[in-house]
Amino acid sequence: METVTITMKNQPALYLEADNVAPDKFAGKTAPQIAELHVYEGNTTSTLGKYFEVAGNAGATAADTRIVVKGDVKKVKYLGMKMSAGELVVEGSTDLYAGAWMSGGTMLVKGNVEAFAATGMKGGELIIEGNAGNYLGSAYRGDWRGVSGGKILVKGNAGSDVGQYMLGGEIVINGNADVHVMTHAEGGKVTIKGNAKSKLGGQLVDGTIIVFGTIDVMMPGFKFVDNVELEVDGTKAKFAHFIGDTGERHKKRKGQLIYGNLYKKI
Amino acid sequence: MAEYIIKNGHVFDPLQGIKGDKADVAIKDGKIVKDNQVSSKAKTIDAKGKTVMAGAIEIHAHIAGPKVNIGRIYRPEDKLFTYTPKKGNIRMAGGTSIPTTFKTGYEYAKMGYTTAMEAAMPPLFSRHVHEEIRDTPIIDEGAFPVFGNNWFVMEYLKNNEIENTSAYCAWLLRATKGYAIKLVNPGGTEAWAWGLNCLSVNDPVPYFDITPAEIIKGLIEANEYLGLPHSIHIHPNNLGNPGNYTTTLDTLKLAEGYKAKNKFGRDQVMHLTHTQFHSYGGDNWANFESKSKEIMDYVNKTKNITIDTGNVTLDETTTMTADGPFEHHLTELNHLKWANVDVELETAAGVVPYIYSPDIKVCAIQWAIGLELALMAKDASRCFITTDHPNAGPFTRYPRVIKWLMSAKAREAQIKAFKNSDKVIAATHIAGMDREISLYELAQMTRAGPAKSLGLASMCGGLKPGMDADVVVYDFSPDKPVANPDQIEAAFSRAAHVFKSGVEVVTNGEVVNNGNKRTIWVNAKVKENPQVMRDIQEKFLKYYSVSQANYEALGHHFIPNPYAIEVDASQ
Repeated sequence: METVTITMKNQPALYLEADNVAPDKFAGKTAPQIAELHVYEGNTTSTLGKYFEVAGNAGATAADTRIVVKGDVKKVKYLGMKMSAGELVVEGSTDLYAGAWMSGGTMLVKGNVEAFAATGMKGGELIIEGNAGNYLGSAYRGDWRGVSGGKILVKGNAGSDVGQYMLGGEIVINGNADVHVMTHAEGGKVTIKGNAKSKLGGQLVDGTIIVFGTIDVMMPGFKFVDNVELEVDGTKAKFAHFIGDTGERHKKRKGQLIYGNLYKKI
Repeated sequence: MAEYIIKNGHVFDPLQGIKGDKADVAIKDGKIVKDNQVSSKAKTIDAKGKTVMAGAIEIHAHIAGPKVNIGRIYRPEDKLFTYTPKKGNIRMAGGTSIPTTFKTGYEYAKMGYTTAMEAAMPPLFSRHVHEEIRDTPIIDEGAFPVFGNNWFVMEYLKNNEIENTSAYCAWLLRATKGYAIKLVNPGGTEAWAWGLNCLSVNDPVPYFDITPAEIIKGLIEANEYLGLPHSIHIHPNNLGNPGNYTTTLDTLKLAEGYKAKNKFGRDQVMHLTHTQFHSYGGDNWANFESKSKEIMDYVNKTKNITIDTGNVTLDETTTMTADGPFEHHLTELNHLKWANVDVELETAAGVVPYIYSPDIKVCAIQWAIGLELALMAKDASRCFITTDHPNAGPFTRYPRVIKWLMSAKAREAQIKAFKNSDKVIAATHIAGMDREISLYELAQMTRAGPAKSLGLASMCGGLKPGMDADVVVYDFSPDKPVANPDQIEAAFSRAAHVFKSGVEVVTNGEVVNNGNKRTIWVNAKVKENPQVMRDIQEKFLKYYSVSQANYEALGHHFIPNPYAIEVDASQ
């Protein structure tokens, strides 16, 4: 695997849209060629090389390419967008849409990410060592087809609207989550190891929410079923099992209505 | 203005009966002229081995106004990854099933369309419609205000007051700068405000105590009393339901006995739109089947009606209609987001996204029905190609519909690709049909036919000297056999040259000029009618949320380049 290191040298005055920073776009290119890839600053199109020092050549394919992003990229959006293979490491924090629409490979952010990380994700793995902003692993604005696969791990806290319209895949938040979890979701799983606030599973059609800590306010559309023993990420514990959202339509399987599930550790 | 001479192309012009003969088309001062009337400075366009037609005419599409804009606003995902940046005098443009106004103009022009009709203008929001028409470059446009659920119309027609209905229609056309009398689910949309619908032509409208049949017949009479260029343009009751073909036949039969009265050469008294949505058999979605034959048998033998197809293109799209109850029905079926608006005394609208999947049997049957209608048409000049954009598919798919109509091989490939191919074949007629639409018939279905139906045949849709120079050259040779049907789609997607009123607006499939677009509307004069004027004033005082002075679409801001068609019914 070949490594390309890009280091911020000239901070943009506006926010930078760097949707070309992904193994798929770098694959088969030399450092000077990578420096020529376009970025947008406001309505101006310029090159990656204007803002970043590019070192190292990419591998022949995305799978053979590892990208390391160094320096302050808090004002850079779309890192890892649509990546399908390979690796991307962001050593600091980054802005909106990190790993959006990714379908494979691994993206690691050592700092925080802003909103819309992993929007429309189909596969691969996104690890955020810091905190995530709002709309982590959600659908694109307006779309009813959200995250359908892949895995997201947030070691810190997440903002509001995690997993909106989720269809599949998994999100684990080691810290706390803000309001609205898996709104409208029809599949997938969100695990919150810390505390949750309110509006978990609003209009949930199908899918699973697991909360280890407290829930400030339960949705009225959820119904307690029983207490169950579950093993989650190697931790065995007792959980209260709720089904819902009972105010929403649900599919039938073998004559039985299929509800979404919410488990709260007791 | 520049002069042009388009040399040696294969010309297809049903207006003059030219069927692919090699001929030259000359353009001077925005008009088509005889080829000896241009000077030696005329720019020569070599059309050898290419197809030459008049600019195509869109008779029914939802391309401007509040309903389209609701779609744009609530479907950001429709625009995702579609934007192209500004380039020279071409603006940034994007969107798929509900493109921006600019993209709408550019995409029509690239396919060789030079005139388009917005199919449903809510009168109260005519200002919004005209602002969007203004911002749609190149193509000439008109808009049909909706009348079929209008309180004035229902009150006058309840007492069979045709003269008052006509006076009101003339006033509304003038106030909204409208082009024709449009009916959408007559009576049913008003019933929707009461939580009800009218599923047959005899279901009474609540409160107004009138039936859809009475509204339809009354508006035919008013239309012919005024002598408008277009006939009534109707989206009948019971759209989209299995077994609705009987409602459609009942609707068509209401035109029996009426004769067109106008000075525009129009022969029909009723245009039935997106007929595909109204040609369904069966009584549920399991035994849903095509009734295209029953519909076309009637249409073929009945000379005073025209139709358009409403072809399903098997795409993800955004449905939108003034048929409010239908959109509610649809959102209950597909669970996708629903928008609904009530427009005071006039109409309503609903919007729901829809995916016509080739893996779903019903969608594949709908696809077949749309094509069957065109393939069964005995008179191609009375059956026009539409997708009811964006309801059955985006208008940008016309080249694909043309491919399916012109190539039995392309249809066969699509039938085979359906997941439920056998069930689709059993429920339709498409598999046995070997008719292939000729280029001449295509010109009838997209040019001469709609022009005549709209009453615009002296202006556009043909290549006769004196007509507007709307001319298209397609890189498609009628001489050579088509090896791959995709060549048809490619040729009709991007015209080699498009002229709008004598200005070259498209070259090699790219927009090169924004043209000089016009808003076409109908100015109908009637005898002074104090009763109707008083009724209008009273309704504005009592019911409307705006004043009469703030209602009309007037002036340069809304209609910077008007083209008024004058009609005099005052005698």
